[in-house]
Amino acid sequence: MTSYDVIVIGGGHNGLVCATILAKSGRKVLVLEAANEIGGAARTEEFYPGFRASTAHILNRLHPDVVKTLELEKHGLLLSPKAASGSTPTPDPSPQGGLAAARTALNLGEFGREAETSSPSPLRGGVRGGGNSHAPTIALSATGERLTLYGAYGESLAGASVAEQVAWKELRAQLVRYAGILKPMLSRRPPDLGGMSLAETSALGLTALSLKRLGREDMRDFLRMLLMNVADVLDEQLEDDRLKGLLAFDAVLGSHLGPRSPTSLLGLYYRLTGEIGGAPGAQIIPLGGMGQIAAAIASSATKAGAIMRSNAIVNKIRVENSRVTGVVLENAEEIPCRTIVSAINPSTTFLDLVGPRELDTGFVRKVKNIRNQGDAAKLHLALDRPPEFLGVRAEDHRGRLVIAPSTDHVERAFNPAKYGEFSAEPVMEITLPSLSDLSLAPDGACVLSAIIQYAPYRLKQGWDAGKPKFFKIVMDLLERYAPGIGATVRHAELLTPADIEARYRMPGGHWHHGELQADQMLMSRPVSGWSGYETPVDGLFLCGAGSHPGGGVSGAPGLNAARRILAARS
Amino acid sequence: MENISVISPLSTRIAAQSHFRTLRLPSPFQPRIEALAKTQDWYDWAGYKAPNSLWDSELEYFAIRSQAALFDISPMVKYRIEGPDAEACLNRITLRDVVKLKPGRVHYTAWCDDEGHVLDDGTLFRLTDEKFRLCCQELHLPWLLDSACGFDVRIEEETEAVAGLALQGPTSFALLRDAGFAGIEKLKPFDLADFPHENGMVTISRTGFTGDLGYELFVETSLALSLWDRLWQVGEHRGLRAIGYQALNRARIEAGLIVANADFSTAEHALRADRVRMPDEIGLGFMVDVEKGHFNGRAAIIKARQNTTMRHVLVGLEIEGNIPAEHAIVYHRKKREVGLVSAAIWSPTAKRNIAIASLSRPFGDTITDDLWVEIYAMRELKYERLMKRAKIVPRPFIKLDRRSANPPADF
Repeated sequence: MTSYDVIVIGGGHNGLVCATILAKSGRKVLVLEAANEIGGAARTEEFYPGFRASTAHILNRLHPDVVKTLELEKHGLLLSPKAASGSTPTPDPSPQGGLAAARTALNLGEFGREAETSSPSPLRGGVRGGGNSHAPTIALSATGERLTLYGAYGESLAGASVAEQVAWKELRAQLVRYAGILKPMLSRRPPDLGGMSLAETSALGLTALSLKRLGREDMRDFLRMLLMNVADVLDEQLEDDRLKGLLAFDAVLGSHLGPRSPTSLLGLYYRLTGEIGGAPGAQIIPLGGMGQIAAAIASSATKAGAIMRSNAIVNKIRVENSRVTGVVLENAEEIPCRTIVSAINPSTTFLDLVGPRELDTGFVRKVKNIRNQGDAAKLHLALDRPPEFLGVRAEDHRGRLVIAPSTDHVERAFNPAKYGEFSAEPVMEITLPSLSDLSLAPDGACVLSAIIQYAPYRLKQGWDAGKPKFFKIVMDLLERYAPGIGATVRHAELLTPADIEARYRMPGGHWHHGELQADQMLMSRPVSGWSGYETPVDGLFLCGAGSHPGGGVSGAPGLNAARRILAARS
Repeated sequence: MENISVISPLSTRIAAQSHFRTLRLPSPFQPRIEALAKTQDWYDWAGYKAPNSLWDSELEYFAIRSQAALFDISPMVKYRIEGPDAEACLNRITLRDVVKLKPGRVHYTAWCDDEGHVLDDGTLFRLTDEKFRLCCQELHLPWLLDSACGFDVRIEEETEAVAGLALQGPTSFALLRDAGFAGIEKLKPFDLADFPHENGMVTISRTGFTGDLGYELFVETSLALSLWDRLWQVGEHRGLRAIGYQALNRARIEAGLIVANADFSTAEHALRADRVRMPDEIGLGFMVDVEKGHFNGRAAIIKARQNTTMRHVLVGLEIEGNIPAEHAIVYHRKKREVGLVSAAIWSPTAKRNIAIASLSRPFGDTITDDLWVEIYAMRELKYERLMKRAKIVPRPFIKLDRRSANPPADF
């Protein structure tokens, strides 16, 4: 029997990143994936003959160290927007709030420079220039008065008043600056306050230094705002309900929070700690869908010598004398191994695979208390033809379309979720990935992929009864923003958190593998005392989104875990 | 208007608040104990009204050592743990190997949190293969229930449902035999058995907290008074006396036994980070069975042993003179403060001035000589500071052959 130095459980992107780095260091690595395909929630699947989509549908935080360490660009990843620079950013030509206004009234140098390199009419659909451009974000409006964030998270803002543009430019700069303080923490272990190494202490010192560098006023504001709710922050600085609604939506996307819930601003910071090619907050709809990312990582893993097995469901992690000795698969096959890295959910790892008997009560208690219940649903539509959203320019349909008309609207959408009910007026993020990658849908047809909030995992009426009702609400809503879309639906797939749980083996259907809120971040992720990728079981490590820094297709937990494992061994 | 109707009438609410009228709960034996309580000297034991002394704590103590003493242990916290996985579950919770505890046996054990800090100590009774009773000082139900996750086991608190009596002293065996508990002579130390009483059963174990010959009796609350009476009726000829805690406390110090939150702070009560204790730091290291498989705190204890990070040690002291050194500071070479006495008495049985103390290593561990205790003795409204030499001696301070004699002698 072949023996392995390391077994990685779960072939999602974090598992693959970790496996690749460990394999590159010369270890013999086996990746066990339960599904018949690797990639986790980033994999692209056919949901209707000829139509493909992936649950994660936007790339906005793949960590640059991951891209570099795994040499992903050599393995087919196309990230750089430079080849398609012609479309970044695309200012809105409308008279008010447009480029001319910005340039003359504000004389904003940056605006001008960017605008000069931009081409007025990018091609519609298809692959352009072999690269990805930053996708714009469009705040949809049922009346067609849209507002658009171009460039990397609204480097330019179209459709708003001049005053609002100025206010946004300031707020954006401030948010990016503050997120920048937190950003270095993403690629490090959370500070271990009990016993920090010299390197860790100095890294934390650098964070303190960067805080200091903000200057006194800015530092105070950073500290003041850190745990604020996003709604209050937005009300301090902005006027436009559409912009505030969009930002509020982005702050709470993927969490069980409303914009007025304390600490909700952290979600926006988390988004802005992500980057594409050095541009914070930038997003792309990857060519070939998210599956392309997983494929590039898998290709890098293969090159590094990692062996990947799909349809390999791990049923048990064997522990003897507080140390892992191997895994047992569903088919009773036993694979001995002294180092096991779990990229799957922490609760599943400890409660199901290791089992509470091998763990201390206090630890089990903490694991059981991880808040894991998703509040977002995923919709995939197979459409006869691309939909036309009211007031959205043809080329902007390739961006991220958000229905969140105001902060109040998002908050009201959240209210029922607190009581186990779905939103009657949900908020959602829509992409049309087949416009960026023609291979995802048959000729002329289109794929719509949307994340819809709020859809609580524990729905009081149960999802069997609730799903058809929620689907109707969602389709009625889409119809309001893209009249006629309903008639073009060939097939619809609505994934409730319960469905996401079953399909991706994510307990609670939560794509972060645990709420990403202040109490479940940094040294408290996944649980306090065990945030450094090690676990109470010798030889068992975590490397998934349930660990610091959290979810989204970043690869950062996988990267940090691999570094930790390498450091622990040497 | 609807919600007004759900608010109960004032009188109902007042009735529901009457708990404050009973500051301390009565024990099932309260009618008998109250009748004997000449001193009216009560204290609070886990919310129950319990006697410190009943008539004369000195004489009560001598009842333990030379006759038979009856002490109400009903306020002791009791849990029933049963089910196919009860053994495995308790093995994960407690320090000793429960597999080695056979049905009909009792052992003294302790349990720790994840950090290896002692949560409590207590006695574990294996009533049958799948049925246990855990007796202890502190409340642990949430901890026990959380520890049951993944085990097929039911855990219930039975403190109120089960009454308990400790019958201790040289004549205790003869008294039980006289009371008609046939077969009581078969019980060896730490054995237990069920005996018929009225229309039910009483569980009698040969255990106690005195270092003397003695038994503990557990019975459902409804049979409590009749059990007391059954013992009392035959007790006259065996010198039976009811006693309070002061007498018991003397006996337990002589026996070298420790009390949670008196001789050490339990992990859930300790507020200060350095007050918690690992088993090895309070003399319970012998319980830790690292070979039996996983249990709470195992990794932490092994690590602390490897890195020799345990900073305290619990010792028995013999102190010159006859003034009890209660809560005295322990010094090395009369200068350096190295520990504290947690319990101390003049031992009438050992005829020695004894104490239980907690010292900071290496004192009490590798450095054991030249130890002193500082006693403040009140002499006619003036403290006299006495610096007395202390010597580390093994516990227990007394060893009584009658405690373990089989069958017990017929005094």
